[in-house]
Parts: sequence; C-alpha cells; structure tokens
Amino acid sequence: MSYVAVKGGGEAIREAARALEALRAMAGGPSLDPRQIEHQLHFLHGRVMSEGGLADADLVSLAIKQALGDPLEAALYLRAHRSTRPRLAETAPLDTARMRLVRRISAAFKQVPGGQMLGATPDYLHRLFRFELLEEDPTALERILADWLADRPNDLPPPTAPKVLDALRAEGLLPPLQPSSETAFDITREPLGFPVPRSAALAIMARGETGGLLALAYSNMRGYGDIHPTVGELRVGYLPVELPHPVTGEPVEVGEVLLTECEIVAMFAREEEGPPRFTVGYGACFGHNEVKAIAMAVLDRAMSAAAAAGGPKNPSEDPDFVLLHVDGIESHGFCIHYKMPHYVTFQSDMDRLRRARAEAARAEGRAP
Amino acid sequence: MRQRSADALLPLGHGFGYLDEDAKRELRRAIFKAVCVPGHQTPYGSRELPIARGFGTGGLQITLALIGPEDVLKVIDQGSDDSVNAANLRRLFLATCPGVRETRRTQEASLIQTRHRIPERPLRADQILILQVPYPDPLVVVEPNESKRRLMHGRADYAKLWVKLYEGMVTFSEITISHRYPTRIAGHYVIDPSPIPRFDVPKLHRADCLYLFGAGREKRIYAVPPHTTAEPLTFEDVPFRVEDFTDPATGRRRACSRCGSTTSFLDEFFDETGARLFQCSDTAFCDEELAGRGAAA
Repeated sequence: MSYVAVKGGGEAIREAARALEALRAMAGGPSLDPRQIEHQLHFLHGRVMSEGGLADADLVSLAIKQALGDPLEAALYLRAHRSTRPRLAETAPLDTARMRLVRRISAAFKQVPGGQMLGATPDYLHRLFRFELLEEDPTALERILADWLADRPNDLPPPTAPKVLDALRAEGLLPPLQPSSETAFDITREPLGFPVPRSAALAIMARGETGGLLALAYSNMRGYGDIHPTVGELRVGYLPVELPHPVTGEPVEVGEVLLTECEIVAMFAREEEGPPRFTVGYGACFGHNEVKAIAMAVLDRAMSAAAAAGGPKNPSEDPDFVLLHVDGIESHGFCIHYKMPHYVTFQSDMDRLRRARAEAARAEGRAP
Repeated sequence: MRQRSADALLPLGHGFGYLDEDAKRELRRAIFKAVCVPGHQTPYGSRELPIARGFGTGGLQITLALIGPEDVLKVIDQGSDDSVNAANLRRLFLATCPGVRETRRTQEASLIQTRHRIPERPLRADQILILQVPYPDPLVVVEPNESKRRLMHGRADYAKLWVKLYEGMVTFSEITISHRYPTRIAGHYVIDPSPIPRFDVPKLHRADCLYLFGAGREKRIYAVPPHTTAEPLTFEDVPFRVEDFTDPATGRRRACSRCGSTTSFLDEFFDETGARLFQCSDTAFCDEELAGRGAAA
C-alpha cells in the first residue's frame, strides 16, 4: 500500500529490489560483460572510477552494471567497498612526467617539447547520429581495431614527455614549485577542518562529482570570479604506481593507473614580494575525465588566488563552499534521503503553523 | 557490546560489523571523546557504507562500532519498526552482524538506532539510544561558515540563536522552531538534538541512558551522557512548549485511535475515506498498550 509505517516495510523493499532487477532484464539478450563496460562506456567508467576513489577497473565495471548505469550510485558501491578494507600503505608522491601518455595537449603554445598529441578525443567530432550503430555487426569491433593497429607506424614517439609548465617556470613566469615535506592529508580518515591544507582540497576535488565541480568552475569562468584559464597542459595516460617494498622499503612498481591531469595558467597577480607572475591551478583524477580535471584546476586556482588576495569574493573561491558541496556521494545521498518518510517532523511543522495561525487570529480579534 | 568477534572474514567479503577494525577503533575513540565533552561535536573520519548518505550512515557507523554478537538491537524510523528505512537498516545489521538478535520491544534492546523519535518508554542505564543526524550544528541556521561556528561553540556564544528565537516571538508571538530544537547540554554546548519533535526533547534531560548522535555526511559524533542536563533554549517568560494534541472541538487531549493512549506523540493522517486519524507514532508502545488494555478488559 503506502511506503510509510504500515507493517511490511521489509517486504516492500524486497519487492522493489525484484522490480529493479526485472527492469535490468527487460530487453532480454546477453547480460553486459564488464569488459564491454570498461571500453564501450569508457568515459562513464572513468568518471565512476574517480568519483568512487578506487582504481580497480573490474569493480568499477561491476558497479556500473549493478547501478544500471547511474554514475552516482555506481560510485557509492566503490566507496562502500573501500570501508571494509584497512589502509595498508601509502605511496610516495608520483611524478606525472613519467606518465605513459595516450593524449597530451597544450592550448598555450603552438608547439611543445615532446609534441602535441590529440589521441582519442571526442572534441572534434560532429555530433551527428551514426544510425548504423543501432545494429552493429558483431565482427565490426574486431575490424575497427585491426584497421587502426595496421596504421600505427613502428617509430612511435616517446610515450612520455616533459611538463609544459616547466619551461615557463624556468623563465620565472610562474611561481616556483615549493617542495613540501608534509604528508598528504588523508580525507578518507580525517574530517576536514578549515582552513584546509591544499592536499586535502585537491583530494576532495579529485573524488568530487564531475557535474558539481563543473557547475562551480563554470560560475567562476562566466563572471562570478575573474578567471580566463589557459590550458597550459592537459595529459591523459598511465602512471606507474610505486609502493615501498614490505621488506626492503625500496619503491617497487605495483601497477599503473589511468589518470587525467590538467594544469591551467591564468592572468597574473601582484605578489607581495617580487615581480608579478601568472597564477596556476592543478587538477587530476583517476580515469579519463577531462572536463573534471579542467574544472578542478580552475577551482584550485580560484581558491588559492582568492586566499592570496585576502579572501573569497565568490562562491567558487571559498573553500568552505566548494569543498563541502562537490562530493557526489554526500550530495546525492542527502538529496535522495528526502524521499524517506518525514511525517514526525512534518507533524511538528503543522503544530507550529497552527499555533502561529491561532496567534495571528487572536491578534486580529477573530476566532482561530 | 562486551565480547568482540574475531576479525574472521565472512563469506560476504567483510568482517563482523562491515567496517574494518581500524575504522571501529577510530569510531569508539570519537565516541569516548563525545561522552567526555557532553554536547561537543567530535569530528571523525566518517566512512561510506552500502547505503546512501542521508539514510542514517552516521547512526549506522556508531552502531556498527559498538555492536557485538550478543547484542539485542531495535531499529526505528519515525517511531516505527516497520517503516521502510528501519526495515532496510535492520536488514543490513542482520546481514553484516551474525548472531545479533533483533527486537521490537524497547525494554529488550541493548542498542536502539532511531531516526526522528525517542521511544515513549524511558530507557534504562544499560541501554544506548543512537540517533541519526542530518545537521549536527544548531548554529547552521544563523551562520553558514564552519570555521566561525566552531569559534562560537568554543565561546558558548549563542547570541545569534537567541536573536533567531526572538524574531519568531516578534513575528508570530511564538517560538517557531518545530523540530531540531536547540538544546543546551551540561550548561555549555548547544546541540541540534536531530529532527526529533519538541515532544522528545525533555527525555534527554538527566536520563538514565546514554544518547549518542551520529552525523555521517557531516562527520560529527556527539553525546548526551546519562544524568546530564539538557535544556531547550527559551526565554524566562516564554515557556518551552511541546506539540499540542488538544482537540479544539472538545478542548481535551486527543487519544490514539488504536490503543487509546493520551500521553504518546501522535501521527496525524487520513484514512482511505479521507477521515482524519491520530495514532501513536511509537508503534511498539502502541502494540503493548493495546495488548495491556486487551488483557485488562
């Protein structure tokens, strides 16, 4: 009957789960293979991996399958799974110059050392329907791949490249990198306290929800902020991950993760000391998710530039505002919780409203 | 709560109580701190759980950190054991905490997890009530900035809250806060007692049991320990008023249309014919009253 406090809430829940499962089965046909999800839903896979904060390609695919493609729900499966596992080790900082690149561009320069590499991107596609994909021949994918591989030259460019911003930094146009000995703040183990260390801010945004980051960054780009960012470098590739060996303590490569990284450069600010320099922003996340990396870099730059200039003037420059509202797991969960019964608090609301109406009626000298 | 299970992995791929043991230790430390500083919002590293944020993950983490196989658990939502969310959380506990027994009877439970209500029957010293909290900070209605709020709490500076109460008086001749009523604990910190009705606020005052409050999304735990004062903020000449269940037609207090109780918090709803009905929100209490009356009759 109703979803409220009638006996049988448990049974209603079981039936709802069955209905959802039936929804998944509705079209019949083969069940989605997790490997197909990883590749044919490449961008969804990357998004869920970064928002879920777990670089496990198979579990990401499974999460997408179980969540029927809802990225927020899928990320929740991964986050929840993390809570069953202890933290065993911490990586030393990884140098993204070592990334095995699959794509790398700079909007700031026509040419960069190591070359521009467009790679796999939808940026310049005409978004016209290819109706033949509605009924794709099962052998088509094999043919597409074979054709592409046949065209690869043998003398491929080196798969790594220096960072574009290093040249600007050498010239003094960017603030020098400040080596930090502090351990990165672990947002999964410590609650945030403001002001937050930059490592915490970056970690929150790296797991942040793509749409939320984008909306806030867009507000900054459109005028609630002062940024016109230039993409100094955007790179996508596989970064080797090293962990200390349990016996020798020496770093050992344990695998690699697909990563998107973006560094933006924006108009210069007057420094308290020294000559004016460009300001920079940094964004990085698991998986292939360029809009997220760019949005994150814009917000990183907006928050740090505002902090240097004496405080935020716009929401996107306020760490309190940005960092507490971009986590998809938290915003999604809180939003959908309003579907739960709230009749006790509503009873209280009605009580107050009736009382206030009675008081108003008394004041006007009419019967309540 | 006494003897812990070994960290043997269950077939499900996680240990007893879902969370890894480090997480439970951290939670227990935060709970100790919260009990030692009554009403203080203790930050902790809130974990994600297999239910969505906002559905009680703060309360769940406290319960999962405290529960042992010999515990007897009651889970309620809106006062009811059968509300969808209570049923769902109970299902999660039974699946992740083998050996735990569930009950609906308030008196039988060693741990009670609840959302939006405190049971009608007074709780004993050996019982813990765990409340799910959406907004841990009562100052959030007057000060959005977290850093400023923490300073205000440290200084017990609640001037802005008093002004808020006063504004209600000026506009409506009545304090207009309906639920989540700001309540001062042990004379210092003001807490948000979670969205319980005002009707339940006096139950916090000098109680025999321990009240624990968990906000998962906001990553805070706080406590009202046994025999601690809990005073709803109000003015000397304006009484704190709980929800009024007087029937304006008769001038008498409404009774539960099911068990006849005239002391319980009532849910107001409409039946299939559109007629207005009032029934106990605490369904276990209602069942017991009904059984008691049946036996007496």
